Amino acid sequence: MIPENLRYSRDHEWLTEGSPATVGVTAFAADALGDVVFVELPEPGTLVKAGDPCGEIESTKSVSEVYAPADGEIIEVNVTLSDEPGLINTDPYGAGWLFRLRVTGDPDLLDAAGYTALVS
Amino acid sequence: MRRTALFDVHSHLGAAFTDFAGWSMPLRYGSDLAEHHTVRESAGLFDLSHMGRIRVSGDPAFLDWALVGRMSAVKVGRAKYTMLCHTTGGVLDDLVVYRLAEREFLVVANAANAAVVRAMLGEHANGYAVRIDEQPGALIAVQGPMALDVLGTGADLPYYGIRPDRLDGREVLLARTGYTGEDGFEIYCSAGDAPAIWEWAAARGARPCGLACRDTLRLEAGMPLYGHELSVRSTPFHAGLGRVVALDKPDFVGAAALRSVAAAGPETLLAGLVTEGRRAPRAGYRVLHEGTDVGVVTSGALSPTLGHPVAMAQVPATLAEPGTKLAVDIRGTRVDAEVVALPFYRRTR
Repeated sequence: MIPENLRYSRDHEWLTEGSPATVGVTAFAADALGDVVFVELPEPGTLVKAGDPCGEIESTKSVSEVYAPADGEIIEVNVTLSDEPGLINTDPYGAGWLFRLRVTGDPDLLDAAGYTALVS
Repeated sequence: MRRTALFDVHSHLGAAFTDFAGWSMPLRYGSDLAEHHTVRESAGLFDLSHMGRIRVSGDPAFLDWALVGRMSAVKVGRAKYTMLCHTTGGVLDDLVVYRLAEREFLVVANAANAAVVRAMLGEHANGYAVRIDEQPGALIAVQGPMALDVLGTGADLPYYGIRPDRLDGREVLLARTGYTGEDGFEIYCSAGDAPAIWEWAAARGARPCGLACRDTLRLEAGMPLYGHELSVRSTPFHAGLGRVVALDKPDFVGAAALRSVAAAGPETLLAGLVTEGRRAPRAGYRVLHEGTDVGVVTSGALSPTLGHPVAMAQVPATLAEPGTKLAVDIRGTRVDAEVVALPFYRRTR
């Protein structure tokens, strides 16, 4: 259920290994949100610090902030989400990715086992 | 947490549960948007067993006194939407009251207010020959244009009608009521029969739907939700529902306050708002007129049926006319809004 090859933030985001890293929200978080109907993402070129709010995910019932999972620079965002925000629900680890981040420094992240423990 | 007779059925279906007024209720089974569209296009199946059900037996004049409507004028086998108000005129709950017999009424209250409604009815019953009892059992709704096909009975039941019927051989009270803006039925049955009736309706094509889509459905239909559009701090007139108050009744709980609001006109009114874009105004967001804070959003969502945000808001009566240009502060961003007539969505079939 929780992919082994990814790293995770405590705010329920996943990142691929290395840099630049692809970032998305976990299936656990997507399920909790319900159907996503709107996503607002940072502009490419934005510099972020781990834990900074840098976007919003709206479902029919609620609004949640997107937090930067690591220090770095946003280099690309998933523009497909503006037309198909539901990809976050249907394919959270694939086509529902949020942005790519050029990671600076050594981020404090969980491995799959650590994240599994967090959500169970 | 309280559980309905259908809790195990919901668990088996993989429902996501939410705490609703102390009840563990299904929020959604899968996609809340798909559930919403199912109700607009075919038929959805809801567990509403958390709603308060109160049987009032005896003198019909009692409900004329306790509630704002004229319940004694409701025909046997028919229902009326009404409210229980405080002596201040503030709304304690909105209710559907069914007349089951000359001296027999079923009062259906919001889950969160059921205890208050029971207590207030008990208090107001002083001096009236009535009995007030909780009605046990379950409540299942089948809502949507295909609801009639699912049930296979009820075609001759008028809107806001109720009668004893049989579904899959089981005795029920079948009512043509709902909270979705679609044709549909509400089924009052025993707790023991509820799982079998649920499975039967599902097998006949009704899709299980949770409370998440129930909220977007009622919002599109412009229907108030207690705690959002209705509260003890405002009267039915403030919600644009003054028509439910029978001001010509001799006397009733809240009459003096309500007559005074009716005569002066409410200072604020519930208005429908539409906005551009996809970010929805949400409950609690401020409403602005020419830069000045004038009101508050009571409910809002991106309408799944219409594809744009819709909201209801309490605004000054002078700014509640359709066509009025307002704005909503959506988390620091001022978004243009226009007042429109309610409901946002009206069914065509």
